[in-house]
Amino acid sequence: MGYFNASMSFSFDYLSLFFLAVIAVVSVPSAVYSVGYLKGEYPRAKIIFAWFLLVMFILAMVLVVTVSNAFVFLIVWETMSLVSYFLVTFDNEQEKSLRAGIIYIVMTHVGTALITAAILTMFQYSHSFDFAALKSGCQIMPENTKNFVFILLFFGFGAKAGVVPLHIWLPYAHPQAPSHVSGIMSGVMIKIAIYGILRFVICILGVTAMWWGNMILIIASISCVVGVMYALMEHDIKKLLAYHSVENIGIILLGIGAGMVFLKMDLPVLAVFAFCAGLYHLINHAIFKGLLFLCAGSVYKATGTRDIEKLGGLIKVMPRTALFFLIGSIAISGLPPLNGFVSEWLTLQAFFLGALAGTAGTKIFMGLCAAVLALTGGLAAACFAKAFGVTFLAMPRSARAANAKEVSLSMKSAMFFLSLLTVIFGLFPAVIMKILVKVSGEITGIDTAAMSFSLNNFSLAPQPANRACLSNPLLALILIFFCGLAAAVYYLLPGRRNTVKNRTWDCGYYKLDSRNEYTATAFSKPFRAAFSFFFLPYRKTEKIRESFYHVKYFKYETFTTPIFKQYIYDPIVNAIFMAAGYMRRIQRGSIHLYIAYIFITLLGLIIFYRG
Amino acid sequence: MKTIVVIGQTLLVILLAPLIGGFIRKIKNNLRMRKGAPVLQPYYNLSKLFIKQEVVSDNSSWIFKITPFIVLGAAVTALLLVPFFHTGFSLSNIGDFFALIFILSLGRFFLALAGLDTASSFGGMGSSREMFLSSLVEPTAILAVMAVSLNAGSTNLEMIANVGAIPVSSLLAALALFLVTIVETGRIPIDNQETHLELTMIHEAMVLEYSGRSLAMIELAAYIKQAIFFSLIAGIILPFSIVYPFSYAQVLAGFALFGGEIVAIAVITAVTEVSIAKMRLFRAVDFLAFSFALGIMAVVAQSIRL
Repeated sequence: MGYFNASMSFSFDYLSLFFLAVIAVVSVPSAVYSVGYLKGEYPRAKIIFAWFLLVMFILAMVLVVTVSNAFVFLIVWETMSLVSYFLVTFDNEQEKSLRAGIIYIVMTHVGTALITAAILTMFQYSHSFDFAALKSGCQIMPENTKNFVFILLFFGFGAKAGVVPLHIWLPYAHPQAPSHVSGIMSGVMIKIAIYGILRFVICILGVTAMWWGNMILIIASISCVVGVMYALMEHDIKKLLAYHSVENIGIILLGIGAGMVFLKMDLPVLAVFAFCAGLYHLINHAIFKGLLFLCAGSVYKATGTRDIEKLGGLIKVMPRTALFFLIGSIAISGLPPLNGFVSEWLTLQAFFLGALAGTAGTKIFMGLCAAVLALTGGLAAACFAKAFGVTFLAMPRSARAANAKEVSLSMKSAMFFLSLLTVIFGLFPAVIMKILVKVSGEITGIDTAAMSFSLNNFSLAPQPANRACLSNPLLALILIFFCGLAAAVYYLLPGRRNTVKNRTWDCGYYKLDSRNEYTATAFSKPFRAAFSFFFLPYRKTEKIRESFYHVKYFKYETFTTPIFKQYIYDPIVNAIFMAAGYMRRIQRGSIHLYIAYIFITLLGLIIFYRG
Repeated sequence: MKTIVVIGQTLLVILLAPLIGGFIRKIKNNLRMRKGAPVLQPYYNLSKLFIKQEVVSDNSSWIFKITPFIVLGAAVTALLLVPFFHTGFSLSNIGDFFALIFILSLGRFFLALAGLDTASSFGGMGSSREMFLSSLVEPTAILAVMAVSLNAGSTNLEMIANVGAIPVSSLLAALALFLVTIVETGRIPIDNQETHLELTMIHEAMVLEYSGRSLAMIELAAYIKQAIFFSLIAGIILPFSIVYPFSYAQVLAGFALFGGEIVAIAVITAVTEVSIAKMRLFRAVDFLAFSFALGIMAVVAQSIRL
């Protein structure tokens, strides 16, 4: 057991420090938020338990990104998974929580098993679990083994990150945890899986084949579109946000996959740039997804429901939360001038520059990836127009929404802090880029001293020679200036008659109420119809009759078919249950039989070893 | 000097943008053997709306109030990035072609929110359909941008305007961008600017609750957006530009050529609108798929150096 001796060592390289920053940036506001969120929601003993779990969870994540020994890594990785399991099942009186917990713990262990297998395979060549030793061990590994280890690592960490088709647990588990934890899980924990990919695949294993990056790009593209499409159909606000995490992990992996492709294409500058784009989106997503989950938690706390079809009009009773949610929505939709825009722009630029440098095939592939990213951005904007519009605008659709109260100061201040970060990360990309370049340089082992990807402290320029740049602070300034000018023209120019307030035009109906409003289901109807080959929608109509002649009312429900669950997971689960049924036949419960089993096994082993 | 030219050019485009709309309407009417409203009608409409009383819904919030400012502000910001008939006077070092598309999305996002804000089913319907169409047309736009940018070696709009040659891929990209323009400006066969018939309107449904000066701003923004798209297509098809120390004759020639292109695009738009019927919303998906295919063809053509 000699190789465990030096095991409790830590590394604080740029990659670890970057992820520590990601953890801190979301965890600290979430902890502040939980003060107000937990109060009144749970009994005192449970609040203490929540704090204990939260601290353990954050600590486990911190350890995962700082340890420099694969064995310890697995232990703390498992601790992180287990603590988060208890957080998912925190509301354990609800059956939904327990179910979500089971799906979560099974999926996360499938991932852990794959990672363990990968690390043990690497260990065969390094004879030590230390990261540095693993790295040198991987150099003598045959290429086929490397491919195998890559597949294990990618899907192992992918299960935790929630890439399609391993995303199935995410929309169950994240919404079920208390909101401040959902924010950390979606904002940070799935990023820790990206850390795993960066650390093990790129730093330790080293990118060996072109198809690695291509495969990641394809899976990431699918994740983007599938995530946002399911989000569009979702009316549970936290589930909707969870599906957007699937989408955003896809966008992050688009950057990372492109970086891996560029590494193999021998384009070091571009590779560093693409990794920067991915990492930028990673920290951005941590910030705005944390923010959006905290806002969703505030809505839940104030109204007691997560179903946006029962909400509406909250902008009037919860103006602050509405503003923060709007900021988060603009950021996640990739609209200027906030941070999501910057990282999506960077990723698009990475694809463009890759296409520029590559062959014909690369050009088409990169073009398609860019198109997928554009589609994702468009659909995300549609989804958040729906989420914000239906939740916060127009008339309240239930008494609970009408009587909601703005949340407490600790919750507001946490949301304010994250909104502020959203703005800052949007307005000063060049400064952040300098840090990210160092991190990417370290991952790839490329000397980045000459790279900055920016002209000065205000504008980003991926390749200064080709003059394509983005000066987001100036852009924001111009945008604000012209919006202000428009407002000034509106209010100050003479000739305007007084504005009157009146009813919404209702075709002479005079009784417009919340039932006439457009709902979230109606809003997503065009998407459901256009992508019916994917959603496989169906409806159930039921006539409730008073008598044969008189139909009292109609019951009408629409559904979409969860194809991943129905065609991939359900068959697997059924097969497992069937296998378990067969296994039961040898489990008779008689001690004699078990002794016989042990005896036969021993006999078999002895014969095996003698031979 | 540069500042004055930039301000003057921006004001000029803002002033002339409604004229394109009026011109298209006039041609359409003439093609239909009607006399039609005068070419300057958009100006009469805008100036009338500018002084009219405004009615605001009881249900609406500050989102409804600020949306016209953001829509107009975003349109003007996007306008600043576009080079017209000469290079050197757009603020192309602030944002590139990708950024331009994102900036226009910002205005649309707020319009969609404002459509939902009034609690009217019309507004919500318009928002839903607008977001549906615009999100599906986004990939085409990006592919077209990719194709022309690959030709120029940069996404910088002035570099694109300076290419000089006209490869096949740029023509395909321009065609794809033309289809994007049809969707973005709400024209037949996707949407119909002239109708207020409940079942067919998309953009008009979204802004149905706006009136008075707010509506004037939204309409002006729509005209500016149209001018931006037309200029982009013109710049891609005919990359003709004059570099700074120029003579007045060059400026006049450039302006005439550029104006001629815009007029040509306007005529094509008008003829297209008159000659085909509006599609059902779900048929529009076919149209979008076709435009997407065109976008891919543009990139493919570029990749084999056509």
